[in-house]
Amino acid sequence: MAAAAETVVSQTEPEVLLAGHGITKRFGSVVANDDVSVELRPGRILALLGENGAGKSTLVNVLFGLHRPDAGQVVIADENVELSSPHDAIARGVGMVHQHFQLVPPMSVVRNIVLGAEPRKLGMIDVAQARRRVMDLADRFGLHVDPDAAVEDLPVGAQQRVEILKALYRDARVLIADEPTAVLTPQETDHLLDVLRGLTAQGVGIVFITHKLREVMAAADDIVVLREGRVVGTTTPAQTSEAALAELMVGRAVDLHGDRFESGATGVGSAVSTAAAPSDEAPIAEADEQPVVLDIAGLCADDDRGQRAVDELTLAVRAGEIVGVAGVEGNGQRELVEAITGLRHAAAGTVSISDRDASGARPRQVTVIGVGHIPEDRAKHGLIGSYSVADNSVLNRYFKRPFAAGGMLRRDRIDSHARDVVATFDVRTPDVDSPADSLSGGNKQKLIVGREFSDDIDLLIAAQPTRGIDIGAIEFIWRRIRERRDEGTAVLLVSAELDEVLALSDRVAVMYEGRIVATVDPRTATREEIGLLMAGAESSAAGS
Amino acid sequence: MTAGAGPDLAAASGDAGMRGWSPQRVWSVAGAVVLVALVWGFYAWDGAQTTAVLGGTVRAATLLVLGAMCGMIGERSGIVNIGIEGQFLMSAFTAFTVASMSGSLFLGVVAGVSTGLAMGWMLAAMSVGLRTDQIIAGTVLNIAALGLTSFFYDRGRSLGQPKYQSIELGPLADLPVVGTALFNRPPLTYLALVLVVVLHVLLLRSVWGMRTTAIGEHPGAAATVGIDVIRLRYWNVTLAGGLAGLGGAYLALESVGTFTRAMSGGRGFLALAVMIFGRRTPLGAYAAALFFGFTTALQGQFQLNDTFDIPAQFVGMLPFVVTIIVVAAAGLFGRMRDPAALGQPYEVR
Repeated sequence: MAAAAETVVSQTEPEVLLAGHGITKRFGSVVANDDVSVELRPGRILALLGENGAGKSTLVNVLFGLHRPDAGQVVIADENVELSSPHDAIARGVGMVHQHFQLVPPMSVVRNIVLGAEPRKLGMIDVAQARRRVMDLADRFGLHVDPDAAVEDLPVGAQQRVEILKALYRDARVLIADEPTAVLTPQETDHLLDVLRGLTAQGVGIVFITHKLREVMAAADDIVVLREGRVVGTTTPAQTSEAALAELMVGRAVDLHGDRFESGATGVGSAVSTAAAPSDEAPIAEADEQPVVLDIAGLCADDDRGQRAVDELTLAVRAGEIVGVAGVEGNGQRELVEAITGLRHAAAGTVSISDRDASGARPRQVTVIGVGHIPEDRAKHGLIGSYSVADNSVLNRYFKRPFAAGGMLRRDRIDSHARDVVATFDVRTPDVDSPADSLSGGNKQKLIVGREFSDDIDLLIAAQPTRGIDIGAIEFIWRRIRERRDEGTAVLLVSAELDEVLALSDRVAVMYEGRIVATVDPRTATREEIGLLMAGAESSAAGS
Repeated sequence: MTAGAGPDLAAASGDAGMRGWSPQRVWSVAGAVVLVALVWGFYAWDGAQTTAVLGGTVRAATLLVLGAMCGMIGERSGIVNIGIEGQFLMSAFTAFTVASMSGSLFLGVVAGVSTGLAMGWMLAAMSVGLRTDQIIAGTVLNIAALGLTSFFYDRGRSLGQPKYQSIELGPLADLPVVGTALFNRPPLTYLALVLVVVLHVLLLRSVWGMRTTAIGEHPGAAATVGIDVIRLRYWNVTLAGGLAGLGGAYLALESVGTFTRAMSGGRGFLALAVMIFGRRTPLGAYAAALFFGFTTALQGQFQLNDTFDIPAQFVGMLPFVVTIIVVAAAGLFGRMRDPAALGQPYEVR
């Protein structure tokens, strides 16, 4: 492998780094790519934009050699190629930065980077040489990482730099980045975009997959929009707008009730306009007079490793308001939600819900008090995949009337309830007996939302309610959450997507290292201010 | 004799991020120092008996460490091998039978190692190739070995020659305390000691060792950089079987000198405990094997001397009681994390 990686360096500049011409790829009867053509030239960033299921990943997998196209031609460095595996693509200088990092957590940065193409001495790893080469690369491209740290100890942004270095170590001239900003803070995102820009200055070409329009407008040179496996638009940021791109992506005008797609690339406008919209129908002034539904005081909780994750946190949510918790993942949001819902033991502090002490309550007690919970990991905690849609629709209440009587489940009631949920919440499923696993991500999430909303609840805890689902489903779920708020439910929204927090919240609580470091008004705060707070900056200006 | 020879080794052995001296390390070094002092004291007090106990310790440890190394290569690659017991038994049987029929101990060892390799390959075929549940695959080996060796067991057959005899390593054998125990041993014991050191370096420093760790921690990541996960797992589990095969040959041709029914006596399972105790490193496993071997040798010596005026069965409990206490105490050291992909079949997409 080491030899292969060294031989592919060619210094003559190709005209086209990577291209697909007329790519068609079918999976059974599904056409994932239908006559798709894209072209990447040296020093440019090509953004592939589309909803989940639009065919972005399939296209990239074809270009990277993971799938063989049914028709069409892949071109790498001006040459028509047949790729039988990713190794063919890697050997030709195509690198992939995977969405789920392909790193071995307990191994050091250097070892991860050289793995598979190790410099050797008598079968042993030449550690000194490996380290030197990694350091040289890091210096050349401005990607700073501690070469000796174990990958699992690094923050996500640094792990991503290791992924990029891994590709560059293999002499990648093309980087394919699959949703690279999904896990980053706004500042880390800006830094990544700078890094990518720096790479293009050295002749590297980048394919950037995303559904975030703001990033596309800020970073891309060329934009290709995919929908239902077809190219529906090829443009550049100068010739288009976020609203136009959104419409291309979805195939109709999108109303997210926050106009997040009309905001400028700087994001200042987005914060202002998003918060202005909800205030039209639910005057925030009134919220102050509403009773406090969720009252958290001095709450402490530890994470799975016994480290303090929630640290004397105090927060109140009133009836009829959405409080959004903004923060970089891993700052205690998960533990906070689990401590409120009874899934995690609180080390100290109190939680009261609707004036009842819910500290130390078990999950079922919390449910019965009137709390709906949309958990952050729908596959793990939201649904039981092998159970039917019907059974999943009553997971929180199957033991109560009318779904159970005398210890026996009443199938007819459960099924009719499930049909209601499926109809009301637009869950696309052949029937209610299908296993929940067979649904798409968006439909799974709508099923969970439907289940949690169909009871009388005073408090809704929504953790990452729209993670990884398409815009149509996002729009739907956002609307439902707003409706619920308008009916007087208190909502605690926890999301790693700052856009989501800004679009939905009446108040934004910024969480950093287990504490709420500031509470800001989404109408006046800017993305930059909130981003700084999320990164741990002192809250002087923004705290209001 | 403690695990880990430097920060780099410790980092690679799964304790990544550990800087300087962790509590585990302090404890194991302190334990080693106390142990050495005790042994020295006993040696000064009664040289002959101490030498006998130490010899017994090394004898018991050799089999355990061979099994533990077989287990750790598999587990580092992501494959649980609970079939070591069966691998021991089957290769002890073939080693004994071939040595008896051919009159050559060496051919017996070759047969034992080959049997281990074949059983390793069978485990790989089941758990890597067919993606069978790994616990079931290992159990299959154990049951098959017990059944086959019992069926073909020939009560009348004897080795027909002396088992492997000790070889003195010149002046080293005259060293006090460890001279006889380590340097006046039969050949397979020396071979096992060499293998411990070689495998330790290979696992923690070589390209092969690093790739093995990668396929056990994150096979998907290994595959994206061009490592053939399935192939490497096949090779590793098969070759590891050779180590268990050597253990079987050692048991029949060097330790005991004959074959009896179910003669592995659960030591294939004890080898797994030794492996975990040794944090999946060969040197660590050897330290753990010496410890388990020591308790076995000690109770043997107690019984021989009638040291305690209580029934022999109670004295015989010593190794197991100590094992329970030590394993419970080991919980205080903090658990070592298993390889992340341990037990999970890998499927090529």
